[in-house]
Amino acid sequence: MQAQNPKGQTRKETKKLGKDRLERVIDMMKGIEGHTVDPFLLNVDEIIRIIQEYFPTWDQPEELTLDAEAIHHLASVIKLQSEWVKQRSTSLYTDPFLLEEKITQKNKREITQIFLQAWHPIVEQEQITLRSLADALRYWDALVPLRERWEQPAVTEIPIGIATREELADQSILRDEAFSAELERYWSALQTKTQTEGKDGKLHYMDWVSADTYEETVHRAYITSFLVTYGYATLEVIPLEEEIFVMPLQEPSAKLHRQAVSVPITLSFESWQKWKRGEKE
Amino acid sequence: MSSKRKGTYAAKMKRATHILFYRRHQKPGVRGWELHKALGSDYPKVLDVLDDFLKPLDLQVKTVFQQENAPEKPTLDELDKARFYVTLRGDLQPKETKMIGWRIDDLAGLAITISYIISKKGQAARRDVEELLGEKIPGWKIGLNIDRYVRYGYLQQDDNEQLYLDWRTRAEVDEKALIDLLLRSEEERAAAESSEPQDEETDEESDQPN
Repeated sequence: MQAQNPKGQTRKETKKLGKDRLERVIDMMKGIEGHTVDPFLLNVDEIIRIIQEYFPTWDQPEELTLDAEAIHHLASVIKLQSEWVKQRSTSLYTDPFLLEEKITQKNKREITQIFLQAWHPIVEQEQITLRSLADALRYWDALVPLRERWEQPAVTEIPIGIATREELADQSILRDEAFSAELERYWSALQTKTQTEGKDGKLHYMDWVSADTYEETVHRAYITSFLVTYGYATLEVIPLEEEIFVMPLQEPSAKLHRQAVSVPITLSFESWQKWKRGEKE
Repeated sequence: MSSKRKGTYAAKMKRATHILFYRRHQKPGVRGWELHKALGSDYPKVLDVLDDFLKPLDLQVKTVFQQENAPEKPTLDELDKARFYVTLRGDLQPKETKMIGWRIDDLAGLAITISYIISKKGQAARRDVEELLGEKIPGWKIGLNIDRYVRYGYLQQDDNEQLYLDWRTRAEVDEKALIDLLLRSEEERAAAESSEPQDEETDEESDQPN
């Protein structure tokens, strides 16, 4: 048989009732904190009595948390009550209804007369002085005319002409040979090298691009990217082993463009040096 | 005070007068730190002396602190952050308001709006203010007037059409005195009225748009 309190409730029933009451109280206090309910509608003594009454019943962490939450909200409500009293006790507080009543009772003249006794408008001077005029004149003298300030830089007109291939090559706009011819040359070299050094019709990427200098290596990598893009060769990437192979095609294939995928390949100076030393990654 | 020191203060006062009377920024008034920079760290003393000089002219140096409640003994830091203006020390006569560009009903509207906002703890819905003004001011004028009060810096309006008091009200209006005067008993009002001159012009007929 379960123990009963003086009201004839079992401990379980008391706990349930206590939880319900605390939750209702917390909801009300949240309403007050949200400024939807007047803070003085809450009877603080009654809330403290409820919290005290059920406190001995709580033994579970969540029950004690609920108790603490109720006390926390109660503290906030008391703070709000205190602020309310403080605000109303200040000399500036006026009951808006009383004030509205006063305002509607008074005519415009009366209100203006009252306002004039509390109004001290800012005083300002607006005046030009001889000194400021003299300063302004000096500034004007020193000011560069607009036509000079906005003058366009002189550009010498050069008649339109035709640049020769040599001139473009001198300015590094064109290489010595046409790009397509260069591509064809590299394609042919790739085919030859794959036949001699490659395996299963493919060549390791670094074996192909590595050259005696780093600059040349970068250039070969650059050309290789075009070989792949224009369908002269294809790449085989083995992700798990981090290996990349180049496979030259017998004929340039336009079909390859149907699935354009960018393959970023890092070609650092260190990796090129390692490759040169024969330390394959 | 030695004559040299007197001369220094006279020069500083002159400089302070120039700074305070002539507008340097979009809004009138100057920050304390600007005076600090121009006059030195004893600028509060210079302003006190200037305030004494302005007294016979019915003008005063007004300090508006950053915080709502003015500190009793402000620190130099608080003064540096405050704003300083020269304002009228006493009050204007109704006739004089017209000289400075205010019609009696526009001023009455401003008085009502400010006191209503004060009573609402510094914030009121524009709709409520319009309703209140509508009792005494023609409808077509209400919106224009409120917009004017906002433009002049007496009020501030947020995106939710809530009105607040702005910098000019804090600088020019003695809020406590205004509320006290409004709530003064009818007898006192009658006594005050009987002692006022009777030559004020009526402006109440001029409610029509020009």
